[in-house]
Amino acid sequence: MALTLLRGMRTPVSLRSNTGLFFNVLRPRLSHFTTRAESAQATEPKAVPKSIQLATKEAAEQKTQGFEAIIGIETHVQLSTVTKAFCSCPYDYGSQPNSTICPTCMGHPGTLPVLNEKVVECAVKLGLALNCEISMTSKFDRKQYFYPDLPKGYQISQFDIPIAKKGYVDLDLPVEFGGGHRKFGITRVHMEEDAGKLLHSESGSYSQVDLNRAGVPLLEIVSEPDMRTGIEAAEYGAELQRIVRYLGVSNGNMQEGSLRCDVNVSVRPVGQSEFGTKVEIKNMNSFSEINRAIDYEISRQIMLHKEGQADQIVQETRLWDESSQKTFTMRKKEGLADYRYFPEPDLPEVVLTTDYIDEISKSMPELPEASVAHFFDSTLEHGADAKLACNWIMSDIAAYLKNEKLSIHETKLTPLELSELIASIKNGTISGKIGKEILFELIAKGGTVKGVIEEKDLVQIADPAAIEAMVDKVIADNPKQLEQYRAGKTKLQGFFAGQVMKTSKGKANPVLLNKSLERS
Amino acid sequence: MPPPLQAHRLLISHRRLPTPARRRLTAVSSLQSAPATTLAPGPATSSILSIRESLLSGERTAANITSDYLSRLRRTEPSLRSFIHVADAAAEREAEELDRRIASGEKDAVGPLAGVLVGVKDNLCTKNMPSTGGSRILDGYRPAYDATAVRRLREAGAIVVGKTNLDEFGMGSTTEGSAFQVTTNPWDDSRVPGGSSGGSASAVSARQCVVSLGSDTGGSVRQPASFCGVVGLKPTYGRVSRFGLMAYASSLDVVGCFGSSVFDTATILSVVAGHDKMDSTSSSQDVPDYTSELVSLDLLESKPLNGLRIGIIQETLGEGVDTGVVSSIKGAASYLEQLGSVVDEVSLPSFSLGLPAYYILASSEASSNLSRYDGIRYGRQVSANDLNEIYGESRANGLGHEVKMRILMGTYALSAGYYDAYYKRAQQVRTLVKESFKDALEKYDILISPAAPSAAYKIGEKINDPLAMYAGDIMTVNVNLAGLPALVVPCGFVEGGPVGLPVGLQMIGSPFSEGSLLRVGHIFEQTLQNFSFVPPLLAER
Repeated sequence: MALTLLRGMRTPVSLRSNTGLFFNVLRPRLSHFTTRAESAQATEPKAVPKSIQLATKEAAEQKTQGFEAIIGIETHVQLSTVTKAFCSCPYDYGSQPNSTICPTCMGHPGTLPVLNEKVVECAVKLGLALNCEISMTSKFDRKQYFYPDLPKGYQISQFDIPIAKKGYVDLDLPVEFGGGHRKFGITRVHMEEDAGKLLHSESGSYSQVDLNRAGVPLLEIVSEPDMRTGIEAAEYGAELQRIVRYLGVSNGNMQEGSLRCDVNVSVRPVGQSEFGTKVEIKNMNSFSEINRAIDYEISRQIMLHKEGQADQIVQETRLWDESSQKTFTMRKKEGLADYRYFPEPDLPEVVLTTDYIDEISKSMPELPEASVAHFFDSTLEHGADAKLACNWIMSDIAAYLKNEKLSIHETKLTPLELSELIASIKNGTISGKIGKEILFELIAKGGTVKGVIEEKDLVQIADPAAIEAMVDKVIADNPKQLEQYRAGKTKLQGFFAGQVMKTSKGKANPVLLNKSLERS
Repeated sequence: MPPPLQAHRLLISHRRLPTPARRRLTAVSSLQSAPATTLAPGPATSSILSIRESLLSGERTAANITSDYLSRLRRTEPSLRSFIHVADAAAEREAEELDRRIASGEKDAVGPLAGVLVGVKDNLCTKNMPSTGGSRILDGYRPAYDATAVRRLREAGAIVVGKTNLDEFGMGSTTEGSAFQVTTNPWDDSRVPGGSSGGSASAVSARQCVVSLGSDTGGSVRQPASFCGVVGLKPTYGRVSRFGLMAYASSLDVVGCFGSSVFDTATILSVVAGHDKMDSTSSSQDVPDYTSELVSLDLLESKPLNGLRIGIIQETLGEGVDTGVVSSIKGAASYLEQLGSVVDEVSLPSFSLGLPAYYILASSEASSNLSRYDGIRYGRQVSANDLNEIYGESRANGLGHEVKMRILMGTYALSAGYYDAYYKRAQQVRTLVKESFKDALEKYDILISPAAPSAAYKIGEKINDPLAMYAGDIMTVNVNLAGLPALVVPCGFVEGGPVGLPVGLQMIGSPFSEGSLLRVGHIFEQTLQNFSFVPPLLAER
């Protein structure tokens, strides 16, 4: 079936012809910095002296004099549900093209969508985390357009009644960018399905369709046009990333496209109440790129205004080009696209109860305070698994902080060591139980995971032969219990396990231990 | 003018008879599956029941029964062209396999539909069998799965004998809209069988198969049932899963069934109905055994419909309705009175609004549902120089005239600036239609009307006059807008063709009242005398 999918098709001309159009008008200052939530994704140099950053900021202010930028962001978050939104196919990023597809997500005749209830759960979680009103009754609609990555010729989305609306995000800007508290409005959060991917041939003579991603659930988060600078927009994006990771609804990975931001930018003279013509920018793969793309676009638009060429700012979609640090026209929007939305007749309305919402609300992790959030972000930057990091921070570390009435920065634990700890447990060097011991050691005294392991000789014993030997010894030492065990008192397996653990000082790998005991 | 036939009143019992009696009667009733020349006139008998009993008694083999049907199919198919695809070899193989299992004493071999040959409308997906929807764009397409209704039939032991012809994707009322062939009416081969499920109706009428599946979006089961003189049932919306039915208008589409008797139709419904997790719009209401309410003729009281309140819809007997049809329906109404019911005229004020609302809503949904036929992933793709051309040419070549017209109408109705005036307004009309039916069905148990304003008309007669064809749907579309169940049973004849043309009586009930519709239809069918709805085609030779 995969073969029938990959049929020859010429690449649409519109996609190829637009790179390399005009715009050598402006050369924006490169403001090199990374926002804090950016994990290891950003490839540009990270540490830039503060003085340069400040200079950049001042320069930006200089440039915007007399003008004000209006920025709104549409964010697509891909949900990490086990199956797709409307069929039971799994989705794994990077798997063989057309390997996770079925008649339904391929849009075969006669197939029907069946809503994955986890999608609703994720939407409600995020809606609540973004302080939204949750719609007790919402519905799905069809957004219609033709494109080869869209199997049905329409996308199942939500149009006039989104599942959540009218929320906001609170955040603090980093001190190095002037600091300050910001509250950005959230217009709506709605559920929809992702499209597939087109793989264009190098010759450009054909394209191939990969439908693995078709039907993967997305939440689209639309912000109010509340942001004024690139850094505000980037911080807003970073905050969303943090929230979806904390909630566990998405891995928020921008490189894999699990979190995608489309930014709308317009400028207007300060004091003018109506908005200028807005331009949409896509193709930013990190928050730093979002920041720079926006600042570039703002300067471009202001320059056109100042040169009396404001009429050259047209409603269009522009792509950020990281190599040239510029935005380029991708397509002009001639009039408004007519998606001919209408209610999806194949799906019943989504009706929620207050009990359902309460239940979800109770199950949600408490969103972290800013300092903990930053600690979490840094831990991820060191490569830690988001879910595990969240668990450690929200349970053991949070409990410790609460008991000791400390803030996370007042402890000796560093994000690097936490990520090391998580990795050591994941790769089996130490057990989870020992991990906890080490954690408290690190919090109280500092040091490194490796150091503590070596110092206390805590490496997990994962050598079956060594464990076997200990088991044999314990059995030999306890003939009475062995007799009882053989007589049918099988509960005594726990006793033996306990004895081995005692001898090994808790270092015996429990899985191997039990296996060994069962054999003996 | 009805054909001059004397009723033979075959006493067929479906239940409540002691076993010896049943066996004796079965021998007589098995005539239905016997060669055409021996088909006897009289009240419709259950072919499914007789097949089942002759298999159980060892009187006949499935191979034998199948070969009877197939030989009749081969004889009649050149003039009828009911089937787009005939799976005769597979049917014979499945029948032999069934015989082998019966012979080896396998307990479950004789499922409720064991050895029953079914025709399946070609817009229902059948695994490893072509499924074209009557469209050039799906020529050669073989689905990877069975539609739920088909799967349930197969699980009950039915044998799919082939895929029946239809108007492309169900859009049409004559089956002339098929990309492949024109099906004729078994009562007169110069006439249409109706549509869009014309192939399914014609196949059952000519006993090319025992029963068949169709789909009904605006009357596509009921009107051809009326034209071909067979029983046709449009279930309540959601009663039968739509999974595997190529969507035309999702909020109106229903999988329906055809049989040569009410009993057979009820049997099929019992098998295919019920919730399906693959169709979120399918109902989780319990499915009764629809045959258990059907009372055999010899056990009927003299006034079996005592207490039943029937409303005859005024608006369906006025201008534009054939006088012969009107008198058939009035005759049927007075016969229902004789059976003990009370029949009153009832007015549905929103009735005439239904037709335009239907065509807007159905076309709107169709414009969206048919977007997937783009030639990219399956079906016919035209090679082209750019993307727009691939779409444009593939669809221009693959889709037929009527389908393109409805896509255009639907696209227009959903466009910015027109949505409120068309789509939204049509939805409001739909609500009105629903309410007026609800009111009427509070006063009456059943509403009756013709299933079509005329009997079968000539092939080509309306092919260039789509509005005249659309107008022919006036009797049926309101029922789809309201999502109600409706049963069509043959009730009389009008002049035309060699021996007259059948007319169907439509009976409409409240949601999920299929059981009572079938009960009343069964009484009507079993007691109606002097009519035989076996087409002359089968007596020839």
